[in-house]
Amino acid sequence: MIGNAPFVVCMVLVLLGLWALLFRRNLIKVVIGIKIIENGVNLYLVATGYVRGGIVPIYTYAPPDAAMVLPTPQALTLTSIVIGLATTALMLAFVVVIHRHKKTLDGRKVTELSG
Amino acid sequence: MSVVVRTIARILVPVILAFGGYVILHGHLTPGGGFQGGAVAASAVALLLVAFGAPSLKKLKSPLSVLEDLGGIAFVVLAFLGIGTTFFFNLLAGSGGLFGAASPIGPNAGFLNTGGTVPLMNWAVGFKVLGGLGAVMVLFGLFGGDDDR
Amino acid sequence: MNLTAHAPILAVAVPLLGAFALPLWAKLHTSLRDLWLVLVAGVTGALTVLVAVQVYTVGIQVYTLGAAWPLDTLAPGGFPIRIILTVDALSAFLGLITVLVAVVGFSYAWRYLNEDEGKTLALTLGTLLWAGMLGMAFTGDLFNLFVFFEVTSIAACGLVGYRTWASRGPEAAFKTMVMYTVGGLFVLLAIALLYGEYGALNLAYLARQISGSVVDRIALGLLLGGLLMKAGAVPLHMWAPDAYGEAPAQAVILLVANTQISLYALFRVLFTLYGGVADPAIGWLVVSLGTLTLLVAALMAVVQMDLGRLVAFGAVSQIGYMLLGVGVGLTVIAARPAYGLVAIQGGIFHMLNDAVAIGLLFLAVGAVEKAAGNRNLANLGGLGHDLTWTTGFFLLGSLALAGIPPLNGFASKLMIYQSSFLLSPILSALAILASILLLAVFVKAFQGAFLGPRLRKAEPVPVSMLVAMGVLALGVLALGLFPELVVRHLVAPAADALWKGRDLYLQAVLGR
Repeated sequence: MIGNAPFVVCMVLVLLGLWALLFRRNLIKVVIGIKIIENGVNLYLVATGYVRGGIVPIYTYAPPDAAMVLPTPQALTLTSIVIGLATTALMLAFVVVIHRHKKTLDGRKVTELSG
Repeated sequence: MSVVVRTIARILVPVILAFGGYVILHGHLTPGGGFQGGAVAASAVALLLVAFGAPSLKKLKSPLSVLEDLGGIAFVVLAFLGIGTTFFFNLLAGSGGLFGAASPIGPNAGFLNTGGTVPLMNWAVGFKVLGGLGAVMVLFGLFGGDDDR
Repeated sequence: MNLTAHAPILAVAVPLLGAFALPLWAKLHTSLRDLWLVLVAGVTGALTVLVAVQVYTVGIQVYTLGAAWPLDTLAPGGFPIRIILTVDALSAFLGLITVLVAVVGFSYAWRYLNEDEGKTLALTLGTLLWAGMLGMAFTGDLFNLFVFFEVTSIAACGLVGYRTWASRGPEAAFKTMVMYTVGGLFVLLAIALLYGEYGALNLAYLARQISGSVVDRIALGLLLGGLLMKAGAVPLHMWAPDAYGEAPAQAVILLVANTQISLYALFRVLFTLYGGVADPAIGWLVVSLGTLTLLVAALMAVVQMDLGRLVAFGAVSQIGYMLLGVGVGLTVIAARPAYGLVAIQGGIFHMLNDAVAIGLLFLAVGAVEKAAGNRNLANLGGLGHDLTWTTGFFLLGSLALAGIPPLNGFASKLMIYQSSFLLSPILSALAILASILLLAVFVKAFQGAFLGPRLRKAEPVPVSMLVAMGVLALGVLALGLFPELVVRHLVAPAADALWKGRDLYLQAVLGR
């Protein structure tokens, strides 16, 4: 049961992020909510790759018959972090532009468009 | 910022850049790599931004974005090198010479001249991340001034 | 170097390289940049057509990145952990759509965009978006699907919001970016769940392993949610009218192709990945979402006063038709393959028709905006006196989109009506109702903007923009007059690839 704790934490993080996304009005907090979801997902990815008693998956460190944790999820997580960096920078840039035009960050006051 | 911060920044920036370079250089041997090293190096830009303010860094914006473009091009070109076999094929690995020495089996300290095109790609990514992140931070610092059309 | 074997990856890598190099050429001289763009677009288009010809004549094309030879899909030990591109007829079909849209969009952009209003940025992002779309269509593993999903998201939102001196663009872009990013994270979480269960990311390998367990169902739900968010189906559509309304016209038609690529990914997941554990309940879910989309969007279009947003709701409504067609196919194909196949063909054929017709409309709206200076129906009128060709193109596009014979929208909508009638007559009645609503909306818009007395002299539309629209208008006519040919040679193999071709897809990658 305690082995599942990381997955529970991930889901809690994802739900927290969704809550922030849905119920926070400040645009920066919306971005933070998205980052929290992303961190939950990334943590989940890393946690899936864990092997009990495994060591760091580095070729030159490993004794011949050691169990390594899976390197693939770590590579995926890194990719997802890089992508997350790009999306966050882009979203924050839009927030800055919106603030410059509207002088507010309240999501309900900035809307000119109604999809 | 105060003169203390500026002096410390002048001392620390080369150190941060060197550490970023180290992380990129050893990317194929130890934890780290192009993105991580580039992010570390870009924190030097962040330090400069805090110490000297965005307007004095305005002249860095153009070289940084050129660096980013060049890094991206270098990465794709390195991937194209292997097109004789397949795209992304590691042409230099195992070929001896400066990049392609075979890595010994078993625990060892690691040798820099292994890895084939991987270290070169790490450098390309590192420069791209340094350029991109640095340009983004400088732009965020400059934002709010004149019309950026 | 064997060009045909390497064509799939080159079709993705060349526009990527082109996008990275474009700003550097622009720093030297803008004409060098234009020359480079022509070169990149020409090479990418030729490569994609080459891939499509190979796929349609020879069979599924597989390409393994970084392997000893391109078909070496399995790592030692028989486990597919490599990065693989798999191009079957449906992927190639979508690739051809992106080529058409991108080439038309770039030739339109040549005179549409002003040099001092971020033209270089728009062209760079457009090329990057094209690379991402081709990557999403050609990829053979789930993780690269996510990566290219995000590449297209970033490029698309950049295109929506790069005009930072106006306030509406960045706002639409922020909204779109939030939806795209959350959708992307749903997809990533689903991928992580599947990886945790089966330890692989390869689509074909996962398709063979998937057993329909609870985790698989959760992953399917997340994938559906994420991809529908990107595609703009109705409960999650709020970004689409804003983005379509605020982006520059040459970017909007790329965005339309982008939603279709998301639909392609959705169909790939539903048919190839989960084809072994297909469940009619999921088909019904897709059908009901499709019906909801086409109705709600058509109703919303009625009340719009902005020409761009009006057409944008029309575009969202077309997503509903594609979902309806393929959803009906998914529901009935196991029991009655012939009808299911017609439904899927209708849905896929409608992708091409939608790209052509709605693209033509958006380009016409862009021309109106450039000529008259605004898009509000209250301030427009009498443009038909000055913009003869644009008027004709707008009329042609709106009639095609409303499904009037003999234009192309009719051909695919008829297939969708017929097959959904067999599932439930109510569905086809609702679909026809939405088409009639759209016709009413477009007649209103046409009357308001183009007919009536001349309000003021409109600027002439540059010839290159007219040529770009003319290509799409010819497409509308050709696809409407010869639907049989297109369906038989292009659409039917693509529809077969989804259902009958599933085993071939798996064999092409896994080898047995």
